Amino acid sequence: MQVLFTLCGLIAVGFVLLITIYLVISGIPAIRKIGLFRFLFGKTWAAGQNQYGILPLILTSLYGTAGAIVIGVPIGFFTAVFLAKVAPRKVANVIRPAVSLLAGIPSVVYGLVGMCVLVPALRNWLHLPAGDSLLAAIIVLAVMILPSIISLSETALEAVPREYEEASLALGATKLETYFRVSAPAAKSGIAAAVVLGIGRAIGEAMAIMMVAGNVANMPALTRSVRFLTTGISIELNYSQDGSLQRQALFSIGLVLFFFIMLINAFLNLVLKREKED
Amino acid sequence: MKKVFSVMLVAALAVSTLTGCSGNGKGGTVNTDGSTSMADVMGALTEAFKEKEPNITVNYSGTGSGSGISGVLDGTCDIGLSSRELKQEEMDQGAVAHVVALDGVAVVVNPQNAVSDLTTEQIADIFTGKITNWSELGGSDAPIAVYGREDGSGTRSAFEEIVGVEGACVYTNEYGSTGDVIGNVASNENAIGYASLSAVDSSVTAVKVNGVTPGEATVKDGSYTIQRPFVMVTKEGVKLSEAAQAFLDFASGEEAAEYITAAGAVYPN
Repeated sequence: MQVLFTLCGLIAVGFVLLITIYLVISGIPAIRKIGLFRFLFGKTWAAGQNQYGILPLILTSLYGTAGAIVIGVPIGFFTAVFLAKVAPRKVANVIRPAVSLLAGIPSVVYGLVGMCVLVPALRNWLHLPAGDSLLAAIIVLAVMILPSIISLSETALEAVPREYEEASLALGATKLETYFRVSAPAAKSGIAAAVVLGIGRAIGEAMAIMMVAGNVANMPALTRSVRFLTTGISIELNYSQDGSLQRQALFSIGLVLFFFIMLINAFLNLVLKREKED
Repeated sequence: MKKVFSVMLVAALAVSTLTGCSGNGKGGTVNTDGSTSMADVMGALTEAFKEKEPNITVNYSGTGSGSGISGVLDGTCDIGLSSRELKQEEMDQGAVAHVVALDGVAVVVNPQNAVSDLTTEQIADIFTGKITNWSELGGSDAPIAVYGREDGSGTRSAFEEIVGVEGACVYTNEYGSTGDVIGNVASNENAIGYASLSAVDSSVTAVKVNGVTPGEATVKDGSYTIQRPFVMVTKEGVKLSEAAQAFLDFASGEEAAEYITAAGAVYPN
């Protein structure tokens, strides 16, 4: 029996290894040909003119993720406090399934709603030629990361020992003071893990933002069409010639993205480890 | 009696398989090389040809029109593929063009848009960002959203090449498929985009270019200018192999018309 379990564990590890090796092998040649510096810090991506600089893509991914975190984390955190501490049980029992339902919606549906509702709305409000923009992508991403932030933060908040809060209340603190001064700090590593997980989801998302971001490799600006690392790969993969520098460069983008995800994962592990030590 | 019948059946089957397999007795390999835009047409043609001549293998490698033409001139491939007309210097070196298909690109706008007739210069100005408002073209006062395809798309390279705006386009949005371009032009009143002529439907308006309505007929007679030929190139004085000749005959014959149309191009004759 133990052999079976070990085997299953090895399969997962094997796939990670396989993907890593494949990405490195197929991602390195283009970086070599283009030059690491020119690839990472080049400001123009235009396969037609043989220019493969992914700085706009990297910055867009960073700005987009940061924007989603800035909007999504406060909303998610306050919802978690509400669910864990404030809400009457009946209300919480309505909101909680709604949040889990939000987590289950496929990303293409987020993209579709964004494309059909959000993008035309932005176009009319801001008088843009087209509503597809970094802003639209940030809003969609913010909604997409809400469920993981809410449920993880809520779990962390509920794990705070009752005695802490009772002690605080007994000392004369109001309920709100207790939640934000006692419960939240006690749950901080869990909340941090929620944020990191949200970052991971946001930076890896492709489908939904491809439908609302416009996909031109511009330097990021809120109301302009932008291209993320993820969408950069998916939009050009179909028509790039097998074995061409363009195709190879797309794999190199994948390698860069993989590197970002690894960083985020390592960070997440660090946060979780610290939580255990606490 | 039964035995005789089955023997006859076996014999009949054997004969039919023999004739089925051998075709006209031709065999061999045809190497074609060139335009990436011709991938769809070549795919349809080779597939249909495979059924007709199962013993002939047609290889296609998409390296670009220029290298396809030089390939056939250097003798590294049997048939070169070019999605532009041959240049004089290429013809001087003995390149011979066989036009197998025409590729029309329609410029599409939203049906709400009052602008329905543009000149090639106006189109170039719109796509390079010199004209940014529909009012400059006699439309309503609204910004122009320029929609196009991603780098590597055959439609994009065709459009930019013919209009003369290669690498100079300022796109508002880029999309990964023709359907996306049409769908998004259909849903945005400010938008202009381009799509292969065969993909245009009633959800968008294909504008007149220099006063000519795009269509199969106007592409064929050459009056619709945003089009380019798909050319098979051979070298003068070099005799094609039997297999290559058979493929060229098939591709430029009437039989190929339905496959060329199915691949989204216009049959020229």
